[in-house]
Order: sequence, then C-alpha cells, then structure tokens
Amino acid sequence: MENFTPVPALLGGLLIGLSAALLLWANGRVAGISGIAAPLLRPPDADHGWRAAFIIGLVAAAPIYGVVIGETFAITISSSVPVLLAGGLLVGFGAGLGSGCTSGHGICGLGRLSGRSLVSTLTFMATAVATVVIVHHLIGGIG
Amino acid sequence: MGKIVTALAAGLLFGLGLAVSRMIDPAKVLGFLDVAGDWDPSLALVMGGALAVTIPAYRLARGAAGPWLEGAFHLPTAKGIDARLIAGAVIFGIGWGLVGLCPGPAIAGIGLGNWESLVFAAAMGGGFIAVGALTGHSRVG
Repeated sequence: MENFTPVPALLGGLLIGLSAALLLWANGRVAGISGIAAPLLRPPDADHGWRAAFIIGLVAAAPIYGVVIGETFAITISSSVPVLLAGGLLVGFGAGLGSGCTSGHGICGLGRLSGRSLVSTLTFMATAVATVVIVHHLIGGIG
Repeated sequence: MGKIVTALAAGLLFGLGLAVSRMIDPAKVLGFLDVAGDWDPSLALVMGGALAVTIPAYRLARGAAGPWLEGAFHLPTAKGIDARLIAGAVIFGIGWGLVGLCPGPAIAGIGLGNWESLVFAAAMGGGFIAVGALTGHSRVG
C-alpha cells in the first residue's frame, strides 16, 4: 500500500462533498456529473446556463490548483485510442442507462441513503474491479 | 445569474477535490480497483470524506422549505431496483475499469490539456446520445 495517500484523499473527498452540498442547497440539484453534462448535448433549455457553468468550473479547477500550489501536475493516460473510445462509450452508455455515475450514485445517492444508489455503486465497483483484474492480471494488459 | 455563480463555484470545488485527492489521475483510480496488485485504498477515503458532508447535507435539506435560489429541490424520483439500473451499472463499471476514468475526472482532465481525456469524453457523449436515442429519454442524474 505504498501509494496510499490518506490525507489528500480525505481532504479532496470533503471538497467534493462541499461541492455537492452547495449545488443542493443553492440550486436544489444533484451533483452527478453525467446528469449535469448529458443534457448539454440536447437542444438548449433554461437549465443550460448553470449546467455549462458547473462544467466550466470542473475543467478550470485543476489548472488553477496547479498555479496556486506552484506545480504543474500532469496525469498520464496510457490507454490506446480504441480502448479510450470503447471505455468512454461504455461509461456514457452505462451512466445514461443506469441513471448516474460515480458521483450521482456513489456520492449524492449514497448521501441521501438511496437503496437504488447503493445497489448501483456496489454493482459498478464490482464490475470495475473484475475488469481491472481480468485485463491486468489474466490477459496481461491491453493496448 | 445567482444560480450560474453557485454552479460555477460547485464545479470548481468538485474539480479541486479531484485534483487534491489525485482522483483526476486514472492511474490512482486503477490503483484502487486493482485489488490483485499493489492496492491503494485512497478512493475509499475520498468517498468517505465526501459522504461525511453529503449525508448531513441531504438530511438537513429534507427539513428545509427549498433551496436558496430555486423553488424546489430536484431530486431523483425513481424507485425500486430494475434491470435498467443493474445493466447500466454493469456497463458503466466495465468502461470505468478499462481506462480508470469516470465522467468527473474525464471532463476535469481536459483542463490539464490531456487529449486522451478529450477522446474519452467525446466517446462518453456518444454514449449519452445513444442511450437517449435507444430509450427515447435519458433519466440520468
């Protein structure tokens, strides 16, 4: 467990929780990223403004944080383009079909003690773990 | 206007949380999902930290007349465990495990200039549209 970073993890989690609390108390909305982003792909309605504002904040946060701490932090995504496309399609399709993703079910849904969200979260955690174990240990990695 | 400012602030807070916890990095997420490798429990603490805020926040909201800037709370109304919920979670989990990206970190990663995040997010948008086309509506959220 040499990569375990408990303090930043807990601190980051509290910030994500505060984000969800703010969006709930101020706007009356669930901070599920797929639920906020997906309607932006449909014709504009009265909710487009706040949805776009949230996404702009989400995109801007990491580079701003990098400037504030004086460190340009980079992330490495090693998946090939076909795997990125397949993964993105499955994540978007699954979140749309299953009414939410890691944030909508895992953070907001569990936050309101929803049984549906508990079942969803346990299910996607289990299939994600199974996928990683199969891909990295049984097949030995893909592109 | 107010709702746009609070949504922008919420988006910034969310992205900041992903950056501070490093969940914006799919390698960090895969470290949690890979229980057969050098396991990194960090993601569990991110969820724990978030739930420590959202559980009381939702509880307080239940007793409130309504949100500050909106007439009423817009909360999911779906009840019961159905095949659609399970199938969606199974498909979502496979995609999440393949790359280590879910919607929040995928969109936030675009801000760091990662073209891979953009490719993933574009395909994700295709997935959202496909569900809408297949089912007539999307009740995501």
